[in-house]
Order: sequence, then structure tokens, then C-alpha cells
Amino acid sequence: MSTPLCPPSIDSVEDLRQLQRLMGVAMYRPLVNDDEELAPEWTDGRPMAEMVGEFIRPNDRLTSEERLAIYSRSYWFRILDCLYDDFPGLRSVLGAKKFHAFARAYLASCPSSSWTLRNLGNRILPFIDQHPEWTAPRTAIARDIAHFEWAQVLAFDEARNEPLHGDDLLGSNPDELRLGLQPYLVFLEVNYAVDDYFMAVRNRDSGMRAEASNTLDHAPVRAAVRRLALPKKQKLWLAVHRCDTDVYFKRITREAFLLFTALQRGQTVSAALEIALQQADPGEDWAKLVKEWFENAATLGWFCARREP
Amino acid sequence: MPANKFNNFTDYGIGVGLRVPHYAHILDKKPVVDWFEIISENFMVDGGRPLKVLDQILEQYRVVQHGVSMYFGNADPLNKEHLKKLKRLVKRTNTPWLSDHLCWGSVDGSYSHDLLPMPYTMAVAKHTAEKVRQAQDFLEVPICVENVSSYAEFHQSKMTEWEFLSEVVERADCGMLLDVNNIYVSSQNHEFDPFEYVRNVPHHRIGQIHVAGHTRYPTHLLDTHDHPVPDPVWDLYAETIKLGGHTATLLEWDDRIPSFDEVHAEALKANRFLHEHAPVSA
Ligand SMILES: [Fe+2]
Repeated sequence: MSTPLCPPSIDSVEDLRQLQRLMGVAMYRPLVNDDEELAPEWTDGRPMAEMVGEFIRPNDRLTSEERLAIYSRSYWFRILDCLYDDFPGLRSVLGAKKFHAFARAYLASCPSSSWTLRNLGNRILPFIDQHPEWTAPRTAIARDIAHFEWAQVLAFDEARNEPLHGDDLLGSNPDELRLGLQPYLVFLEVNYAVDDYFMAVRNRDSGMRAEASNTLDHAPVRAAVRRLALPKKQKLWLAVHRCDTDVYFKRITREAFLLFTALQRGQTVSAALEIALQQADPGEDWAKLVKEWFENAATLGWFCARREP
Repeated sequence: MPANKFNNFTDYGIGVGLRVPHYAHILDKKPVVDWFEIISENFMVDGGRPLKVLDQILEQYRVVQHGVSMYFGNADPLNKEHLKKLKRLVKRTNTPWLSDHLCWGSVDGSYSHDLLPMPYTMAVAKHTAEKVRQAQDFLEVPICVENVSSYAEFHQSKMTEWEFLSEVVERADCGMLLDVNNIYVSSQNHEFDPFEYVRNVPHHRIGQIHVAGHTRYPTHLLDTHDHPVPDPVWDLYAETIKLGGHTATLLEWDDRIPSFDEVHAEALKANRFLHEHAPVSA
């Protein structure tokens, strides 16, 4: 990537864009020396001081780079703080030091692409898959817990549509009926008991996100924490959902998971049931169970009218 | 009577920023507060607790929206999706005006989540004013543009910050949210006279004032919003209302947040200055 030089004067929107790009490159570069200073070199190896000196004026107290470092620290502290808040379980699995290195690498590779910090973790699963080196040897656990924690971010404030009730479904032809599921509802299949582990972490920690209208002068500080036993290996199917304003999660059966995710994909009720029960144990009373799933889901308000994409 | 053209809300006295740690106290105790300022972005969501809390607050209180991510100063155009969400919120809150900052914050789709300083040139002022106009037209609510604290200046700047701010608000024909703490912080960081700043902006455009505290480091002041308002900021506040008249005033406290009563008491100190320097005429 060739880095533009800073225009000597800002007389157009293009000049302004160049200046903002340059400042962005400097600011978004990971800090060095315990997250205190700008890296000594620009992305192409040129001295940072020389590049930043092209646009930031020094004063008698601070050099150009020191002035820019105030912004870079604020940037890094804010986004790291956000990941700390959204992924406490992942941090606990990796340990503080390793989580910090992981978070820096993730944010350097996937800088925030949304006006809201709420979406900061939206690429964490592909990142874990593509860069297992940051989570090894616990990549599989890390992936599951990150998946579970990201689901909670979604469940917290995704939309809730007008729910359909049990009565609304009566008399519909299951061969034709396609049901919508609430946007806040996330189903996941994991290989570790991340729900139990998450509760243990939550009982141990608590935290809150800072507002974005002031400047952060401190890196996220969390007290040293008691180590927890890692989540035990166990195949689980989870529904992460919301009741009133609180996020909940519950374990569901494999068959229920297959059913709901098939409905989510737009399958008719009949087709979804066929997918769900393909390898089901013939000894079970599935008719009774299926009825219970539907009743439970309707009570929780999970079903809504399907919006065609 | 409004104190000035952009201040049709003189009866909005002293507000407090609505912050998460105070939700329970406010909903439970229902303290008497003139109005709450909300960070728009915290409520630009599709569902869940934030909107439920907001609706409960709206049943009891007047709310004014304050944004942190419109980024009028970005070279990039305004984000249409963002504006649509913001407008939905404007309809919900019925905010009489809304504010956001004179800054930039993202480039090429990468977001800093910060309020970054502008290079002060005429071309940039024109571009920024045009974006304020576009936002104001779309949102159909008056916009007040707020000055930010800054820690860096650009070699490329050709005017003072107050000249730049004046140029933008005149061209956009919008209001100003003067943050006197930000003016003070920047004046110390860039060695200018903060009183010269407040004397040289168009006073008839001051629609709202922010007061806040900051942190002093050996080499610079940082806008941390984690302290009571220091005396030099109150002095600047007094000068501003002398010039601009009785203005809706808000205390910002965002970090190391004390009890609601403590924050409110700090905000109400502004009353003393308003009575002395900008009494509301009958
Ligand atoms: Fe402010």
C-alpha cells in the first residue's frame, strides 16, 4: 500500500481526505511500550516522527508524535475496553495477557467499521478461525465462548417484532407455513459447556462500558482475577434470547436446534420437522416433544411473521 | 423570551447527562430535573433495554439529544443509514434541537469513535457547513454544533478555531453548543485566550452550553469529564452567558461517576451564574 503524503495546504475535500487518512494510519497503528507510545515506524518503515511532523504541529511541551499519541492511546484504550466488556468469558479462557495480545491483533486486523462500538466484535469468529495462533492451544474453547458472547450482544438490543401466538398458528397448513423467528434470537451449537462457564465468570466479575464523548486516559484496568476451571467438553445446543429487557440462554435438544434453525432459514414447518427428526431416536415420543417446543417458543414470543428478504 | 435567535428554549434551565449508573435512581426516585441530555447513539438500537428505559424517562422528563458520531468534519459524506436511525430517535424523543460535534471521526469506513480535530481552512469550513445543512434538512430539527477539546493542531490550519467555528455555523445557518470546558482545555493546550474565543463567536447562535471537568497533566489538559467543574471553566461560563444570554446548560460527567444527587448538585451551581449574569426577563 502506498501511503499518501500530506498536502501542504487543505484546499479541497480530497486534501482533507488525505490528511484524515494519514492521521488514521498513525492512530490505528498498534502502540508500543506497554501501549504508551506510537510505533517508531510508519507502515512502510519511514520514521513515524517525520510522517506525523508533516501535519501535526509540535508545541513547547509535546512533539508532533506525542500529541498524536494522545489520540492513539484514547483510540486503543476505548476499543480494547469495549472488547473487555463484551467478551469477559473469552478473556477468562485466554488469560489477561493473552487476551490483550489477541484483542490488539483482532482490532489491528478488523478496525471498527461501524459508528457504534456495539458492532466491534462482529468479525471475531472469522478472525479466530483464520488466526488460530492467537488463541492456541485453546482455539476451540475460545471460538465457542466468543460465539456465545457475541450472541448475547445481538440478543441484547436486536429488534423484537410483534410475536405470533399459539392461536395464530392454528389451522395453518404446515406444508406451506413459514414462520419468522425474532431477530434477537440466536441459536448455537457448541462443543463446550460455555453457558456454565459464562455464569461462573459473571459471578466473579462485573463491568460497564464508558461513554464515547470524553477522552480516555487509562487503559482498561481489571483487578487480577481468580482462575476458573475451563469449560468442560460437552456438545450443547443453546438458544440465546431476550425476555422483557434481559438476555437469557437455555439449552435445547439437537432436534429442537435443527428445527428452529431450519425455520430461520425459511423452511416450511413440515420441511423443518423433517430435517430436525431425520436421525431422531424412534423410541422417543416426538409428537409430544414437538408440540412442547412450539408451545414453549410461542409462549416466549419467539415466532413472528416472516419477512421475505 | 428567547435570549437569542437559536435559543428558543430559554425555559430549558439546567440539564444533566443521562448515564447508565443513574437509571435505577432516576426511575425509582423521580428527582426534579429540568431536562436530560441523552447520547443519541446509546438509543439508536432496534430494541431491548435502552429503548425501554428511554420510554420510561420520556414519560417523566424532557430529553435533548446529543450525538457523538455524525462527524460533520469527515471528508466522507454523511452516513445515510445512521441519519435514518437518528431521525427515528428524534421522532421518539421529540428533541427540540440536537447537537453533535465539530470534528471528524472516521475515514474510508474505519471508525475512531473519537472526536478528532479539524484543519481550520476555508475549504474545510465550506465542506463541513454543507454537511451540517444536509443533516439539518434531513432531520428537520435545529442542529447545534459543539466545539471539541483538542490535543493537536495542524500545520495546515489557516484560521483560529473560533473563526472556523463561526464560519461553519454562519454558512450552515445552525446553532452552537458552546462547551466552555472544551474551550478552556484547548486554550491551555494550544495557548490561546479562552475569553477571546467566546467573545468572537456569533452569540446569537448559542443554543446550549456544556460545562464539565478535566484532568491536568504536566504537558496538557485532558477532557476526561470525571471531575467537578473547575473555577476557570465557571468563569468562562459566566462570560458566555453574559454575552449569549440565558442558555440551556448541561453538566457532563462520564467517568468515575458519583451519585446522581452529587452530579445534579454540581450542575445546579450554574444557577448562581445564570441569576447573576443572565436573568430571564419577565
Ligand atoms: Fe461537551
